[in-house]
Amino acid sequence: MTLTENKPETRPSLAPQKGGLLADRAFSWWTLGTGLLVLGILALILITTVREAWPAFVEMGFRYVTERTWDPNPAEGAPIFGALSFMYGTAVTSLIALLIAVPVSIGIALFITELAPRRLRGSAITVIDLLAAVPSVVFGLWGVLVLAPILVDFYRGVHDVFSGVPVLGTIFGEAASGRNFMTAGLILAIMVTPIITSICREVFGTVPQADKDAALALGATRWEMIRGAVFPHSFGGITGAVMLGLGRAMGETIAVALVVGGSTNLSANLFEPGNTMAAVIVQQFGESTGTYTAALIGLGVVLFGMTVLINLAAQRIVRRAEARMRGGVA
Amino acid sequence: MTTTATPPATGRGQGAPDLSRGALSMRRRVVNHVASGSIHLALLLAVIPLGLVIWTVLNRGAGVMSLDFLNADIPNSYRREGPGMGPAIVGTLLITGMASLMAIPLGVFGAIYLNEYGKQKPLARTIRLMADVMTGVPSIVMGLFIYISWVLVVGRFTGFAGSLALACLMLPVVIRSSEEMLRLVPDELRQASLALGARKWRTILTVVLPAAISGITSGALLAVARAAGETAPIVIVTGIVFSTNTNLFDGSNTALPAQIFRNASQPFVGAQDRAWGAALTLIVIVVLFTIVSRVIANRFALKER
Repeated sequence: MTLTENKPETRPSLAPQKGGLLADRAFSWWTLGTGLLVLGILALILITTVREAWPAFVEMGFRYVTERTWDPNPAEGAPIFGALSFMYGTAVTSLIALLIAVPVSIGIALFITELAPRRLRGSAITVIDLLAAVPSVVFGLWGVLVLAPILVDFYRGVHDVFSGVPVLGTIFGEAASGRNFMTAGLILAIMVTPIITSICREVFGTVPQADKDAALALGATRWEMIRGAVFPHSFGGITGAVMLGLGRAMGETIAVALVVGGSTNLSANLFEPGNTMAAVIVQQFGESTGTYTAALIGLGVVLFGMTVLINLAAQRIVRRAEARMRGGVA
Repeated sequence: MTTTATPPATGRGQGAPDLSRGALSMRRRVVNHVASGSIHLALLLAVIPLGLVIWTVLNRGAGVMSLDFLNADIPNSYRREGPGMGPAIVGTLLITGMASLMAIPLGVFGAIYLNEYGKQKPLARTIRLMADVMTGVPSIVMGLFIYISWVLVVGRFTGFAGSLALACLMLPVVIRSSEEMLRLVPDELRQASLALGARKWRTILTVVLPAAISGITSGALLAVARAAGETAPIVIVTGIVFSTNTNLFDGSNTALPAQIFRNASQPFVGAQDRAWGAALTLIVIVVLFTIVSRVIANRFALKER
């Protein structure tokens, strides 16, 4: 009666307010826009750098990547921009870095996840965090002023040991100074260790405890457990970690620029000075003009393309490995 | 008498098998020891360079550190000895600060899109993947990008160009770390807020974001610490000055990492001393940010359930 008549008036309105709808939509579009910023920046990097480097690509053609001479100011004739020596330098220094950093990083990750007593685990993680926190230019400063002078004598000793041996004699050749491919590789190794370690740690963390317990219960030693239960599970993840480390090593600029020696050199002798793509850009950019600048930006384009491809592949691998792990656990 | 246990007569000898360490074959025992030895050695191999670097920086840096060093202008000749990193310290703080002002809000909103709107949609997955890829783009490439798209357009070197480059480097890091934090916010909070009639945008801004803010701050500070140490883009896009320039939009600027780089490649004692001092200052700044980030993360951590 009266009760039912009153009801519609006292019931709160649940219909959406008009202004709110607009705000909601605007907000979601705004967040979408900021999300798209990532894609936009990546696309812009590609477009602007390629456009700016185009004159050098056109002038040098295919020789840009097959020519080992890099001579911006020749005594006569047109300047020559061949990036092969720098690509070689990038490859060699990254390879040295990975050869050292990968076993070390896997070891540290194993220590943290499998071996360390609870108290030491925290300090080991802090060490890795600190290693990641030190700016790369500080490693470069230390490398060029402290490490390189010390290492010269060591390099000479190594050269003396291997001087008669066919291949090794060439690789470990004469050392004129401490600034060379080898020192750059060593400094890079220090800098890629934290990233490889942290990913390996995550990957090892996903190994099912049951598998590890099973191995130990069957009488496996700690190492046999790691080899039999941990490694097979994490092979994909380790591969991804190594590739991420490779991407980091290739792109590292300042520390390498300080210790690699800065000469255009394609030599099998690891104790000779050379240069890498990233380092040459930062060393020569200030004094370049015209096609010279374009050629340097071209190095950036090559570097960008390679690191993006490597990172894409690495992310794929890590993700797939993690997804499989999660499936395996459940 | 049908359910008796099997007699222990089978197998070797009497009683339980020997499970002690001594029963391991020589080879297995040695391999195990060698392996665990190498693992400890690996940790040592990481500790040694870290210790040496930090000790050298403290040692050499403390020698030149003084109030004058932190304030005075940079000598305009590498040969000259004596203090001065003031302009670079001011430059580092201003450039990094401006970069944070741009990258952190944008990154947080990007993370909100990924976690609250995009979720597992193809577009969101692409952005997530590309943010990870962007984290791996070398800083020198980011420097070239800003040089082309800002310095060449504006026509001069500015501190702001450095901020732009650092912001580009920070953005993906902030997005990914913030998204991780937003994911930890329990869904009940969102549902409760929506059930009370709050719009989605209000729910996100007044309920979800405050719940995750400590984690987001901590992640952002780590990104700031990393950006403060970036050198290559600064060298390429900000130019060089020897006296303090507080205007980011007009005139060249400089920062600590760039000063370390330039001074480290000089053969003069004065320059090298300044490089060590700058390195010490930079490390102190970076470590301060890292510690504050840790404290915030630990103190105000969202209770993980």
